[in-house]
Amino acid sequence: MGRNKTDQIDVRYVADLARIDLSEEECSTFQEQLDAILGYIDSLKNVDVESVEAGGHGAVDETQLREDSSRPGLGQQELLLNAPESAMGQIRVPKVVDA
Amino acid sequence: MELSDHSITSLRQLLTSGDICAVDIVDSLATAIEQKDGEIGAYLHHDLTAAKEAAEAADLSLPLGGIPIAIKDNINVKGQPCTCASRFLDGAYTSPYDATVIRKLRAAGAIPFGRTNMDEFAMGSTTENSALGTTLNPHDLTRAPGGSSGGSAAAVASDSAIAALGSDTGGSIRQPASYCGVVGLKPSYGRVSRYGLVAFASSLDQIGPVTKNVEDAALLLNAICGSDPSDATSLEQGECDFTQGIHEGVSGMKLGLPREYFGDGIDPAVRRQIENSIEKLAGAGAEIVDISLPHTEYAVATYYIIAPAEASSNLSRFDGVRYGNRVKNPDDIIDLYRRSREQGFGPEVKRRIILGTYVLSSGYYDAYYNKAQKVRQLIKKDFENAYREVDAILCPVTPNVAPTIGADKDNPLQQYLADIFTISANLAGICGISVPCGNITSESGSKLPVGLQILGPHMGEQTILRVAQATEVVSRAAHSKT
Repeated sequence: MGRNKTDQIDVRYVADLARIDLSEEECSTFQEQLDAILGYIDSLKNVDVESVEAGGHGAVDETQLREDSSRPGLGQQELLLNAPESAMGQIRVPKVVDA
Repeated sequence: MELSDHSITSLRQLLTSGDICAVDIVDSLATAIEQKDGEIGAYLHHDLTAAKEAAEAADLSLPLGGIPIAIKDNINVKGQPCTCASRFLDGAYTSPYDATVIRKLRAAGAIPFGRTNMDEFAMGSTTENSALGTTLNPHDLTRAPGGSSGGSAAAVASDSAIAALGSDTGGSIRQPASYCGVVGLKPSYGRVSRYGLVAFASSLDQIGPVTKNVEDAALLLNAICGSDPSDATSLEQGECDFTQGIHEGVSGMKLGLPREYFGDGIDPAVRRQIENSIEKLAGAGAEIVDISLPHTEYAVATYYIIAPAEASSNLSRFDGVRYGNRVKNPDDIIDLYRRSREQGFGPEVKRRIILGTYVLSSGYYDAYYNKAQKVRQLIKKDFENAYREVDAILCPVTPNVAPTIGADKDNPLQQYLADIFTISANLAGICGISVPCGNITSESGSKLPVGLQILGPHMGEQTILRVAQATEVVSRAAHSKT
């Protein structure tokens, strides 16, 4: 299933970066669709932005920070209610550090 | 006429005069949902027993006292599921807290009681990307309600909700409102707190009302607006009453028609409806002028860089560790992430995460993401220039009427291109409203609604509500003649 020379994006590689497994079928459908989307997006190459500075997060320039003081949050029990697996008041995950 | 057919405004009059009690409204909604929602599929979940208890205790002296509100399934309501119409969260998540808008609705006396269907994680424009069910357009059951807030729009349009909340990242309130013949308002960025809204694209997302008339939209906005210490992008705005002045009419107002929004590619029947309502607003005393928003042609490309980029970052929290879907027997933690996400996400969500990851990746960041941020500034400038000349802008919401179910299923680019008239408002952070202005008879004889879009400057909700109210009046007058 090699990539065509015209492919803009290596879908399998990028899906790896995004930590998503893809089936062969999904990968080849996305390849075609994302190439079409990126082909369209390339129209931005025609816009002259020489004199434009990129804004902060776009719509509103300022953010309003709250006073830096502690306030009540959710408790351990409430948070663990949604955990897929938990033990001893902690979220259980596969081993991440080898002894 | 059943109570569920009424607007908020009308029910509030009946409640305060003592003609009905809040429980009657919940009972009427229960009947409506029972009769209609099996077919329409607007709701993913509702709890009418709890709603009835809340109605019994409702404080009718509050502005929304005793009014049940349907909530899009990406807004957290304590103790209720919040699936975002995704398999990732279905049956695997109960909200441990109220979103700020929910806290505010409760403080105003309203009762959040049901969860409406949507495109998965709000990614889509037909609600067909829901992993949990199909929603049909109440005006034609072969057609989609639009999206992503399709459940909210279909619930209100079918009178199985009094009003609803939706969220709008690229048109997801205004477009389904247009297709379903109801009012949908996207507030200015910063008007409403996003705390407790499951983030899709944080610089574009806003929560807003989906209602049966313009006055209801103003009432709901009154309840949910305001700055919030939990959302640093929400803005200080003082006391607001958006119902003030909405009946003053459009006489003396200057309304702009952007020539880029009236080119080829609009269904001629849609264009006729839009032009008719513009003529009526002119007849009501508005001055109509031509304007230009020269960077409109780049809006879709800009949006489909910025929105997926932000989504790829925001959705990294869905990794199967703290909540939601976790794959059985993972080899290691990386395998847990990869397969939990493969199982939990549908194709459109995967597609956008991959696209977003790509435009942010090393070597492409400047060419795509930085470039798009700069073009976004140009789009924003276009609007700032336009509002020096006009009070508000009039244009279509969509190029077409509601599509048939399955129409563009395998062609995402085609679907994206149909967002052309709505996404600029999100990129520029301005406010916009869709208000029903007419309908088109389909080949099968169904009457398909068309919405007029009114775009206003940042924090210009008062202005667009006034124009929308005038549109509602002139459209109703035309409607009652036929």
